[in-house]
Amino acid sequence: MSYNGGRDRFESYLIDRIVMGVLPPHEINRMARVTVTRPDLYESDGSPITGGLRDPHFGAIEPGEVCPVCGNTRENCPGHFGKIDLARPVLIPYYTDYINVVLQATCRQCGRLLIPSEKAEKYRKIYRRLKEKWPKLAANFVKELRKEAAQTMECPYCGARQFRIRYTRPIIFYEERPEGETRLTPLEIRDRLEMVRDEDLELLGIDPKRSRPEWMVATVLPVPPLAVRPPITLETGMKSEDDLTHALAEIVRQNLRLKNFLSSNAPETMIEEAWITLQYVVAAYIDNELPNVYPLTQKRVRTLKTLAQRLKGKEGRLRGNLSGKRVDFSSRTVISPDPYISVNEVGVPVDIAKILTVPMRVTPYNLEEARRYVLNGPYKWPGATFVYKARSGRKIDLRYHRNYKQMAESLEVGDIVERHLIDGDIVLFNRQPSLHRMSILAHKVRVMPYKTFRLNPLVCPPYNADFDGDEMNLHVMRSEEARTEAEELLLVERHIKTPRYGGPIIGGRQDYVSGAYLLTVKNRFLTEKEVVRLLAAAGYKGELPEPAIHAPKKLWTGKQLVSLFLPKDLNYTGKAKINSGPLSCDTIDCFHDSYIAIYEGKLLMGVFDKSAIGAEQPNNVLHVIALEYGDSKARELLDTMYRMFIRMLDMRGLTISLSDVDIPPEAREKIKDLVEEAKNEIAEMIKEFEEGKLEPIPGRSLQETLELKIINRLQKLLKDAGQIATSYMDPFNDVFIMAKTGARGSDVNITQMVAMLGQQTVRGKRVWRGFRKRTLAHFKPNDLSPEARGFVKGNFRYGLRPTEVFFHAAGGREGLVDTAVKTSQSGYMQRRLMNAEQDLYTAYDGTVRDLYGQIVQFKFGEDGADPMMTYHGKAVDVDRLIERFGVLKEASK
Amino acid sequence: MVSRSRKKRLDTRILEHELVPEHRILSLEEAAELLRTLSIKPNQLPRISINDPIVQLLGAKPGDIIEIKRRSPTAGESLYYRIVVVF
Ligand SMILES: [Mg+2]
Ligand SMILES: [Zn+2]
Ligand SMILES: [Zn+2]
Ligand SMILES: [Zn+2]
Repeated sequence: MSYNGGRDRFESYLIDRIVMGVLPPHEINRMARVTVTRPDLYESDGSPITGGLRDPHFGAIEPGEVCPVCGNTRENCPGHFGKIDLARPVLIPYYTDYINVVLQATCRQCGRLLIPSEKAEKYRKIYRRLKEKWPKLAANFVKELRKEAAQTMECPYCGARQFRIRYTRPIIFYEERPEGETRLTPLEIRDRLEMVRDEDLELLGIDPKRSRPEWMVATVLPVPPLAVRPPITLETGMKSEDDLTHALAEIVRQNLRLKNFLSSNAPETMIEEAWITLQYVVAAYIDNELPNVYPLTQKRVRTLKTLAQRLKGKEGRLRGNLSGKRVDFSSRTVISPDPYISVNEVGVPVDIAKILTVPMRVTPYNLEEARRYVLNGPYKWPGATFVYKARSGRKIDLRYHRNYKQMAESLEVGDIVERHLIDGDIVLFNRQPSLHRMSILAHKVRVMPYKTFRLNPLVCPPYNADFDGDEMNLHVMRSEEARTEAEELLLVERHIKTPRYGGPIIGGRQDYVSGAYLLTVKNRFLTEKEVVRLLAAAGYKGELPEPAIHAPKKLWTGKQLVSLFLPKDLNYTGKAKINSGPLSCDTIDCFHDSYIAIYEGKLLMGVFDKSAIGAEQPNNVLHVIALEYGDSKARELLDTMYRMFIRMLDMRGLTISLSDVDIPPEAREKIKDLVEEAKNEIAEMIKEFEEGKLEPIPGRSLQETLELKIINRLQKLLKDAGQIATSYMDPFNDVFIMAKTGARGSDVNITQMVAMLGQQTVRGKRVWRGFRKRTLAHFKPNDLSPEARGFVKGNFRYGLRPTEVFFHAAGGREGLVDTAVKTSQSGYMQRRLMNAEQDLYTAYDGTVRDLYGQIVQFKFGEDGADPMMTYHGKAVDVDRLIERFGVLKEASK
Repeated sequence: MVSRSRKKRLDTRILEHELVPEHRILSLEEAAELLRTLSIKPNQLPRISINDPIVQLLGAKPGDIIEIKRRSPTAGESLYYRIVVVF
């Protein structure tokens, strides 16, 4: 036994190919160790019946049982197949699709392919050539060829007239004979299939060596070993059989019935009926959810899970057991934020660190360290849970071996210690849904108290995580190769830039943004004490810069502090997020401080906000630094400068209150007047409409014209009201700061708080549904006025009227439904794209190929550029180059 | 089977349509050169059906390689090659 459970002792082979074919009857007979003839399982004394479905020849499954076939106990017996000899042949569902192809394309009389021989020879040549070079085209070719054969109504060989074959899934074939439609029995079908020549099957795309069509009509049915359908013993001692055994028992019963009818010369109709029943039972054994087939049940309530049900669907063998992997050495818990750990780190609770372990091979260099872990034992961190002794090959569980001291002393080079997770270990961290590669990143462990995983909030964007109860998974890698690979390729700092759109995906959000603004805003002057607190948060170790103001008190600007962290030769210009509306400027000469200018690493002008330090903002300061100075420089910034932003908020405080969204009575009066004015105008429009005096807009009905005009007028009202309201507010209150810097909230949110919610819509129209001719019983029928059709003049500060609450909820509900539908639809679309494209790769010559070497693109993305290394898709940004190396024209302040 | 003689009345104006990029049949030498530089066999090229209207207008035969000059949002202009096949 070794540390990986002996896995390294197995030989491994590469699978060269997998070939699928139909199991032929002679093969079934050869495999079978029992012929099942009786539907019951046990004798009255409880022993299994010979020739029953529990016959011991199906293989040993009970503990201690010795297999009568191979002599092994259940640990080593592979299990053995049996068979059921069918009284009459039966069609197998799904194979019928192929049977259909053969029946359609061959002669009912002589079994030849319905294509004249010279032509067939020509086709064969083409087909063989295609198959070698263009397998996909060969499949199309076969399809065309089948069509041609199926349309031939007279055999070119024997001259026999052909009839159309009608196939109804899953197992019924009719032939449209002149005397009427006749059902083809499996016996007739089998006879026809037997006649078909191997060379004709080749042209139908069927490999006759592996899949003769007559094998698709079952004359003998294989019965799987008991290991495939193990009986379970209930607590009561009662035996409960597997669903497959139940289904097979039903087949045996129906087979027996048919056999009896045949041997007793029963009337043809009874035989016919029993035969058809047998066919349906076999069909249900293959797939119990076939259309037009009665499902097999247990006591007429529970439908049995037969073969197809074992494989199909999310929980089935393929998706549930083969593609879906469960792993050891993983962990899951709630996440919470910790801005004081590195973005490269993850906080791991001690309790978890004591369970997740890493195998550590003892060498002369780490012997002492390993001894310390063993000495601590499994319950004290940092300790160890297991020791694998190299000499004896024994595995010692330290939970039961209490003499840690003796164990530690006996450690020698070559042993393997299964030690606890410690600081600095590399682990994988993941949050579902894993939609892109940044959903799984490598972090360095920081073992911490309490029960949650700790995550630097700057890493939220790639995971799309927040802390409202989100949980994440952590995986420990157990080989040196895996850990090294993860550190080199998956470490968080390697994914600051995203390959999706050439921008930074990691970066500030929310508090970082408002904090950065408040620190760098032009009226921010900091005392020495404040400067020290801020720089301490960033872990700054250098000298304090020259203060911006010396007397009467030494004062520093926030811009000075930020500049301490920027690369010394960084030149950058760009608009800040606040550069809009009244604060907009197109040049460096900006009075509003909304145009960022960094010259030789000094932030000269402009504030830092979302556009400078935010996540998902291509070509911002963070992105440019990551591109031009490297990922680790960008990470350093995230771990230092960004902490100052948070500390700035700690010191100043950031909060909102009712007073922030309150406006004086005078302003409210003004808004009231605006509403009155709009209402009157609209009443006028409605009057015109009712009197038929309204001039319709070209291409619109009168009704539509009115709606359009009303909506436009109300839109204007909302805008005007919002403008009035905001003009009375302090433009530097915290609500505004958050909205303008891009930290949280928007102009719309502010308007809705202080002025009015505005028109609510359902399906893009004013609310119209509800009662007959009106939306709510509060209004008169046919009332088209704004308030009767979902216009909300109330706001969140002073509250809504009951009808307004209703309209707002109606509009809000539609929004919720929309997002729910859209996310599921776009999610599915994305999944399909990923499945279609997942094994395309860029070859060393720059071409994009599929896994067969077929060329998809002659140059990746047509320009050969790695989007992760671009300025928002531009491999070379000339303007940026000029800015970076050229001289800033006005570097004055 | 496939009626290659199917005479469709094709409108030559599709060649001038702004959404139809420029197509050209490679000469034998050019085709050989292309396969050599990419070191691929012809069956590794992307395919285009003989029934494609542009292919019919060009009068290309199966096995011909068509060069397509496409407008590209990333590279400005890019060349693409497709081999004419029977289906
Ligand atoms: Mg959440
Ligand atoms: Zn056995
Ligand atoms: Zn014939
Ligand atoms: Zn300005």
